[in-house]
Amino acid sequence: MSFGPYSFLALFALAGVVFALAPLAMAWLWARAYSPRKPGRVKNANYECGLESKATGWVQFQTQYYLYGIVFLIFDVETVFLLPFAAAFKGLSTGACAAMLVFILLLAEGLVWLCAKGVWARK
Amino acid sequence: MIEEGLRNELSRQGVVTTTLEELYNWGRKNSLWPLQFGLACCAIEMIAASMARFDIARFGAEVFRPSPRQADLMIVAGTVTKKMAPQIVRLYNQMPEPKYVIAMGVCAISGGPFKEGYNVLKGIDRYLPVDVHIPGCPPRPEALLHALITLQKKIENQRLTGPDRPRHLDGEAPGEFPVPDYGEHDLAPPNNPAVWQPPPMTRDE
Repeated sequence: MSFGPYSFLALFALAGVVFALAPLAMAWLWARAYSPRKPGRVKNANYECGLESKATGWVQFQTQYYLYGIVFLIFDVETVFLLPFAAAFKGLSTGACAAMLVFILLLAEGLVWLCAKGVWARK
Repeated sequence: MIEEGLRNELSRQGVVTTTLEELYNWGRKNSLWPLQFGLACCAIEMIAASMARFDIARFGAEVFRPSPRQADLMIVAGTVTKKMAPQIVRLYNQMPEPKYVIAMGVCAISGGPFKEGYNVLKGIDRYLPVDVHIPGCPPRPEALLHALITLQKKIENQRLTGPDRPRHLDGEAPGEFPVPDYGEHDLAPPNNPAVWQPPPMTRDE
């Protein structure tokens, strides 16, 4: 009987699986023999801060939140890209500068659109 | 069961013998994971005990767990208000067995200097089975370490089988303790009668 050059990998894999499963099996056997399980309503509750959970987590959110998401995106992305743009401004080619200006125009367009939607208007 | 004389002889020759019970208790007492919560100034001393100067890690109890599912020691460190008591009992119920309670400081034992307060629970042992009480206001970190060692000695002497085995090995013993509700004037019930009974009043006529 001969073994391939990689057959010890199978042996290691087997040893690894046994090493991982043996403590779990021992804990299970120990619980069966000595330490009985005692589940309960409070013990099995899914909230573990000491307070009782009131309702379900499946609730509806206001769809208007997406407007704030867009505002955040505009200013956040603008900040992230404007600073490197300003730092590398002198070394940029005309094409790169034009591309950046188009990018800013797109974001500004979103801002104008939000203004038109009346996001800034006092409710 | 191995005789004590034979056991000493074997250990002198370099052979360690043990029983399942001893091995089990040894493992449990050296890996007490406390639940990470504090109620008042005693918690500051508890934090000091876990830092380098006092180093609770020497006793295997440095793993403060943020979830009750992973903890097995509840250190009630500080004043327990009546508003907080149901939450504490609920957290205790959510801890897996085996679990232990250390009442740290006079407030957790009896209400301490705030005993006369309308909103202060007069001792957490009215609802939970406390294993070790530490007096002090607040107790020093050494006192907490001493309580931990006392608890370890208690665990060491627990039996695996028999009628005096601990609660978590007894299938009949309750796994959960009743959580009190906010009553009209006090918590309802004001104490868990299975754990604590008010001492009988005797008056000299």
